[in-house]
Amino acid sequence: MARNSLLPVKLTDSGRPVLSPNEIECFFLSGVDLLCEDEPNTWFPHLKSGLLILTTHRLIWLPDATASGNASSVPLASISQIFSHKKSLKSVFASPRVRFQVSPSPERGVATSGSRSVVVTAVLRGKGDCDAFVAKFWENWRARAWEEAESGTSSGSNAAAGAASASSGIYSSDGTVRMVGVSGILRKEQEMWESTDKSLQDAFQDLNALMSKAKEMVMLAEKMRLKLLSGPNSQTNATNDEEMGSKEEMQELLLSVGIISPVTKESAGALYHQQLSRQLADFVKVPLERSGGIINLIDIYCLFNRARGTELISPDDLLQACSLWEKFDVPIVLRKFDSGVMVIQNKSQSDEEVFTKIKVLVTKPDALRAGISPSDAAMTLGVAPAMAKEHLLSAESKGILCRDVSPDGFRFYINLFSEIERDDMYLVKDQGIYASWVRAIHAHG
Amino acid sequence: MQKLGEFKLPHFFNYPPYFTLQPVRDTREKQIQLWKELIIDYCKTHKIFVIGIDEEFPLFTNSLIERSLTHEAREAFLSALVSEGRAEWMDKGHRKCLILWHRVQEWADILLQFAKDNGLEDGVVTIEEIRFGTESHGTELHGIDRTILNRALKLLEQKGKLVVFKGTSTDDEGIKFSV
Repeated sequence: MARNSLLPVKLTDSGRPVLSPNEIECFFLSGVDLLCEDEPNTWFPHLKSGLLILTTHRLIWLPDATASGNASSVPLASISQIFSHKKSLKSVFASPRVRFQVSPSPERGVATSGSRSVVVTAVLRGKGDCDAFVAKFWENWRARAWEEAESGTSSGSNAAAGAASASSGIYSSDGTVRMVGVSGILRKEQEMWESTDKSLQDAFQDLNALMSKAKEMVMLAEKMRLKLLSGPNSQTNATNDEEMGSKEEMQELLLSVGIISPVTKESAGALYHQQLSRQLADFVKVPLERSGGIINLIDIYCLFNRARGTELISPDDLLQACSLWEKFDVPIVLRKFDSGVMVIQNKSQSDEEVFTKIKVLVTKPDALRAGISPSDAAMTLGVAPAMAKEHLLSAESKGILCRDVSPDGFRFYINLFSEIERDDMYLVKDQGIYASWVRAIHAHG
Repeated sequence: MQKLGEFKLPHFFNYPPYFTLQPVRDTREKQIQLWKELIIDYCKTHKIFVIGIDEEFPLFTNSLIERSLTHEAREAFLSALVSEGRAEWMDKGHRKCLILWHRVQEWADILLQFAKDNGLEDGVVTIEEIRFGTESHGTELHGIDRTILNRALKLLEQKGKLVVFKGTSTDDEGIKFSV
């Protein structure tokens, strides 16, 4: 009998579950145990204090760093019943529990002992809104999103088979008239146009509704403002104090509108950044490779948000997500240069390599004489000029380079100071970089 | 090799970063070191006793590479000399700096040597004669800065090697050696 009969979950390098197409993560809960109370120590593994993710298709359980057990999942399809949450006096003190029945469905990979259904209990030890979770659980279970995906693929294969068998007939396999020839194309165009038009109209209707509401809201706000302004003048002295009090209250109310409920942010906070951090680690790989192993944090912010489309994150969230990398085993790090510029770079990226390249660049005869600018370095190193400047500055702080600030700009030279004899300023040793420099300036004239 | 008057300039005088105050500590220390030596050498060669920080000073500008020291850099280099006892600020605003390519004690020794060489062990000499007289011609004392000379005289007076007596005017001050 298999020890763990739940479905294994594929994880990305950063430890995020690989989702199937159309699968959306809906809810995160930390500190969740999964266990089967009916049959302890049998087929169902006891999964202790992990992260429970509810998606549209599955319940995914991921182990914490400290917890034991493998990442597992229960397809919502195999759940035959979700038991309603019992409110008892006992349940007030104990950790909330959610029970659901899993039916055996070998084709989905969930095997139970024999063919009996079992009741699985999720114990929610962590903080988190249990009721909201249950509501969402029900919603997803009823929505049967997995069926859409299945019917999509199966109808696709049916259509292909149908097309092959019924290619000579005028009816297609699903009974509609097949589109043939130019008229077919035109009709298809027409249909598409009509459906686009309809969806556009729907969209505009929604928009109109929103606009009319917005107008009302603006009017309401305006009204309140006017009332507040005119308040003191129209009142008699006797009621002034009371009015002032309510006015202040009103203003406070107005101010607080639009601020995201801090409770929500608090409760979602820790997990949100953790997941964001892992997702970001996966995302960063490609752009990082393209930009030579190091990339500006601002660039990543833009790329990441563009990839996310509408669900934009704030710079602060990004920073938090990056700073969490230290705790995970990811191959990238957030690095802050002395100038304050922050970059993301591969752990394997070594400064030595960059410094060697800079040294070679800066000891060429022309560079010896006239120095190099950040853009010269950018071309050699294959990075952005701003990035190149950071490299030059850190090479400077290592004593490899030194700077020349003049009306011509900011340039870097190989550090000759360490080469010059203190006791004999006129001495130029035959060998060494100082001699090469002297030769370079004399060759130039 | 480039020259400033009689003074031979080292190669690194044409190294542009030499004229930018380096921000990295180790590099800056070495840079300051080289500047200190150059300033002292130059002043000694040209008998320059006072450097005005915002005034033209040939060393602080290199027209060949079109570089010039900033005020901050000048002050940093001169301050380094001051902290070593090889220079002194003449005012609180750090605008004028007295360069002591000989320390006051060394100047005092030179004075005594001068007295011996000219048989003045018990004799009298005016300050004017020391600074611009024929006796001092060709010695380091010729053209010596008044402030420095006074300091050296005071030092010797404390040791009882000489007495400074005043004449009718400041130009008229005299010294009686008693070596």
